Amino acid sequence: MTSFWSAWISVIILGSIFGCWWLLFATRKSQTTDSETENTMGHAFDGIEEYDNPLPKWWFYMFISTIVFALGYLAAYPGLGSYKGFLGWTSHNQWEREVESAEAKFGPLFKELAAKPITELAKDEKALKIGQRLFANNCAVCHGSSAKGAIGFPNLTDNDWLYGGTPEKIKETILGGRNGGMPAKGLNPAMSNSELNDVVNYVLSFSGRAEDQEAAKRGGEMFATACAACHGADAKGNQDIGAPNLTDNTWLYGGTPSRIKQTIEYGRAGVMPSHQALLGEEKVHILASYVYSLSHK
Amino acid sequence: MNHEIVEKNLGLMIVLVIVAISFGALVEIVPLFFTKEVTEPVAGLKPLNALQLEGRDIYIREGCNVCHTQMIRPFRAETERYGHYSLAGESVYEHPFLWGSKRTGPDLARVGGRYSDDWHRAHLYNPRNVVPESKMPAYPWLFTTNVDHKITPKRMEALRSVGVPYTDDDIAGASDAVKGKTEIEALVAYLQQLGTVLKSKR
Repeated sequence: MTSFWSAWISVIILGSIFGCWWLLFATRKSQTTDSETENTMGHAFDGIEEYDNPLPKWWFYMFISTIVFALGYLAAYPGLGSYKGFLGWTSHNQWEREVESAEAKFGPLFKELAAKPITELAKDEKALKIGQRLFANNCAVCHGSSAKGAIGFPNLTDNDWLYGGTPEKIKETILGGRNGGMPAKGLNPAMSNSELNDVVNYVLSFSGRAEDQEAAKRGGEMFATACAACHGADAKGNQDIGAPNLTDNTWLYGGTPSRIKQTIEYGRAGVMPSHQALLGEEKVHILASYVYSLSHK
Repeated sequence: MNHEIVEKNLGLMIVLVIVAISFGALVEIVPLFFTKEVTEPVAGLKPLNALQLEGRDIYIREGCNVCHTQMIRPFRAETERYGHYSLAGESVYEHPFLWGSKRTGPDLARVGGRYSDDWHRAHLYNPRNVVPESKMPAYPWLFTTNVDHKITPKRMEALRSVGVPYTDDDIAGASDAVKGKTEIEALVAYLQQLGTVLKSKR
């Protein structure tokens, strides 16, 4: 703030306070008594007149005390332009103090928990309670408050993992996020509609649901060229690249024939955002133990 | 009888009333027009691109700002949940600003990158598909309506006239940039950039 605006603010504020002071005393008249007089303001409307009495004493002193309070407040807090107030308060340093005192209180706790291995924390009641809160605030929006997921958002309770379910992998997933990328029609953009239906039948056959065995057989050949590179020749998936196992009858985007067809035809690109910057490593460590515990009761 | 002079001269009374009520504005508002922290953008702030700008208008049209604030206050409880508190410099290209005043839903000032595009689409189509407890309305029409690409350059010109630094190229390319896009694409593009300029979220 430039000194001009600082002076501008100070002059107007102090000017209006002293203006109030002046007005109070200028209109005070005979403040010697609280008793009412018979003097009137000298006008009458419809026979109604207005008394011209001084302010009651208690009221007058209340005004005085607001002025005193205002001056005291302006001395203590930043209100007069660039003057910072003798308390040195700002909303910024108030926030910093809040964060510091929370850090002093919770920091050692997080540090202590983060030093323990995830498998141990997954049995630690205190850690799980913290983890559950962290989960509710940060993860439940997509994965659901019961962690059972939704279409497109993985179920975390079934011990079926896209990117691996070891404690390290879970932590890696939360910290860095994941970017799924299934291209439309796999590696064969030229796949025709009937070939597509064949592949759907082949994929359904893993869970014994193929509608047309012949088509499933044809689909197997197409699968080998278009899908096996990621999902593997045995369709058991590849956790290094997040390619799901297609044989376990667990479906991220729905397992009906039409859903599977949609997935193959248009591809999928599920995204798990990175939480490193949002939560920091210690909290993610505790969160990972909570997620791990969901499928290791 | 000083009363009488003021009470019987309406013009004088109007002037005195305006003087009396202007002190607050003169002290609280006027100096901000000349304060750097308020008038200068934070480092890296860019005007919204054409698609994001259309998304912002949908955000306003659907009244998102009625239930969602875009203003993280400097309290720990808020910065823990939403990220770094909002700075004035982040809003210098906002006309009008969408800080809001009531949180029925969560604050959105830093929602950008917090969830995936897929999540936003599922959530806006019907919030209860992903958050069963939600009481947010569903917005299915966003998926079937296209953005009106003819009006985009005019929006940009209007914003430029109040100081948003759009270039002639931005405005010339605006129509083509949003042509054929659905409203949901625009809205998600807008949401995904919210609050992402400030890198240090904590």
